[in-house]
Amino acid sequence: MSNSERPNQLFRNLNAKIASIPMILTALVVFVGGTAWTVLYSFTNSKLLPRLNFVGLDQYHRLWSTSRWLVSIENLLIYGAISLVFSLVIGFLLAALLDQKIRFEDTFRTIFLYPFALSFIVTGLVWQWLLNPDFGVQRVVRDLGWTSFSFDPLYNSSIVIYGISIAALWQGTGLIMCLMLAGLRGIDEDIWKAARVDGIPTWKTYLFIIIPMMRPVFITTLVIIAAGIVKVYDLVVAQTSGGPGIASEVPAKYVYDYMFFAQNLGQGFAASTMMLLSVVIVIVPWAYLEFGGKKRG
Amino acid sequence: MADVASLSAGAEALRRDASGPSGPKPRHVLSRRNIFLYGTLIVVALYYLLPLYVMIVTSLKGMPEIRLGNIFSPPMEITFEPWVKAWATACTGLNCDGLSRGFWNSVRITVPSVLLSIAIASVNGYALANWRFKGADTFFIILIVGAFIPYQVMIYPIVIILREIGIYGSLTGLVIVHSIFGMPILTLLFRNYFTSMPEELFRAARVDGAGFWGIYLRIMLPMSLPIFVVAIILQVTGIWNDFLFGVVYTRPDTYPMTVQLNNIVNSVQGVKEYNVNMAATILTGLVPLIVYFVSGKLFVRGIAAGAVKG
Repeated sequence: MSNSERPNQLFRNLNAKIASIPMILTALVVFVGGTAWTVLYSFTNSKLLPRLNFVGLDQYHRLWSTSRWLVSIENLLIYGAISLVFSLVIGFLLAALLDQKIRFEDTFRTIFLYPFALSFIVTGLVWQWLLNPDFGVQRVVRDLGWTSFSFDPLYNSSIVIYGISIAALWQGTGLIMCLMLAGLRGIDEDIWKAARVDGIPTWKTYLFIIIPMMRPVFITTLVIIAAGIVKVYDLVVAQTSGGPGIASEVPAKYVYDYMFFAQNLGQGFAASTMMLLSVVIVIVPWAYLEFGGKKRG
Repeated sequence: MADVASLSAGAEALRRDASGPSGPKPRHVLSRRNIFLYGTLIVVALYYLLPLYVMIVTSLKGMPEIRLGNIFSPPMEITFEPWVKAWATACTGLNCDGLSRGFWNSVRITVPSVLLSIAIASVNGYALANWRFKGADTFFIILIVGAFIPYQVMIYPIVIILREIGIYGSLTGLVIVHSIFGMPILTLLFRNYFTSMPEELFRAARVDGAGFWGIYLRIMLPMSLPIFVVAIILQVTGIWNDFLFGVVYTRPDTYPMTVQLNNIVNSVQGVKEYNVNMAATILTGLVPLIVYFVSGKLFVRGIAAGAVKG
């Protein structure tokens, strides 16, 4: 609360205002201004340099008739569905296992979470090596005698996105587990006692009592996973560079390539605006559910 | 389905365990529940450790052994040559001085970025918690909402801004970019922490005549060292692991380690040296891994604070 005695409205709390200049600039210039700028220029035919030569929705028409973009969207949907379902299910199961008052809990947690400290580049390169058909898992299984065994997701365009999802799950599930574990620890011990007294089996207690009680945790986790899905970029660059062919392209990579390599800024802006739109579709209902009605202040 | 079945098996065991009166009771170490519980955890833990193990093992083998052998087998002859090569002589484009260049670039990027972003965000958080002015919350909400905007939407306008100022491609530019994009989460972190501190403390200091900066430097800062440590952990790992900003806002001779690593490993020219690649990969992952293993619970607190809003 400001309790300054000075009368002038503008100079009240002056130090706080000066200190907040970086935040104000970031909020207005970068976040609001930058976003508006990109959306505006997505309606132009900018090529090498941004130019205000409006062409209506041309860039979007072209975008949605480019096979590379369609592949990117399809990959994002598959990758997103896998990430959501598996990281939630695995993350919750691991958290539930760790919540059984076990020994070495810290050790297990440390092991499950360490990949999260690694970058997507490191993650992608490790899994590129593990999934290498000539040296990795496929070769090892074949050497064991099963010579027809085939597991080469990174070289098979129809399943390459699953190979990327494996790496993403390895990297990210630990975080989800930690969030879930924090949620489980937040549940009152009495709930468990009551459920036990009533003779409800543990799995039923989880499914019908604990999980519904953890709704806020699940929603937060969902938003975090969803925000991460749209941003997926470095993992693909490191693991497959979008290949084989264009089979593992994703929208974020499309944006980068069109802006900085293909020198087709308009396409890049249109594609990034579509990414923004997809986030809005996810975030707005959530924000409405979470903060709708009551004002935050 | 199998999971549900085994879970309910574990559940029955648990129920049997919990059927007695309160208080500790003797437990069989090798109960069905324990075998299932620890068995699952150990299998999953092995799966999580496997890539790290393969990385280390591969980086210690010579290329002939890699071509013949199994990626999971331990090295027959340990060699540190791949490590030396990855650090000092591996090539990216025309530069053949290995990852060391990227390492020092990353240090020169990470240290000022961490300091600057935390300095800005902690003062922001402090102003938002204790010196709220009209409109402050609006900017804060924009900041938080902005954290969800995909970076791709904002990278090009920032390129133009940096170019106008004349620092596009320099490390300074990248440091500013990291400070900008670290701001939402860090401001939130500090604002929540300072809000939770007792109001009387702040009032007493005001009565004693301390001003905005005085209270921040002499009271808030010393009392909130844990949250600063959390912020440092969050930022060091985040900035060290960044790839997108590095590749957009720097030039090849100032590329951070992640970008250089990717260029070394995914270069199309020359014979692939998998052992050098894996050594380079470990070297790049080493800094965040050390931060992670040293910081322990604080790391978890950092990501939890970043994730769950107060």
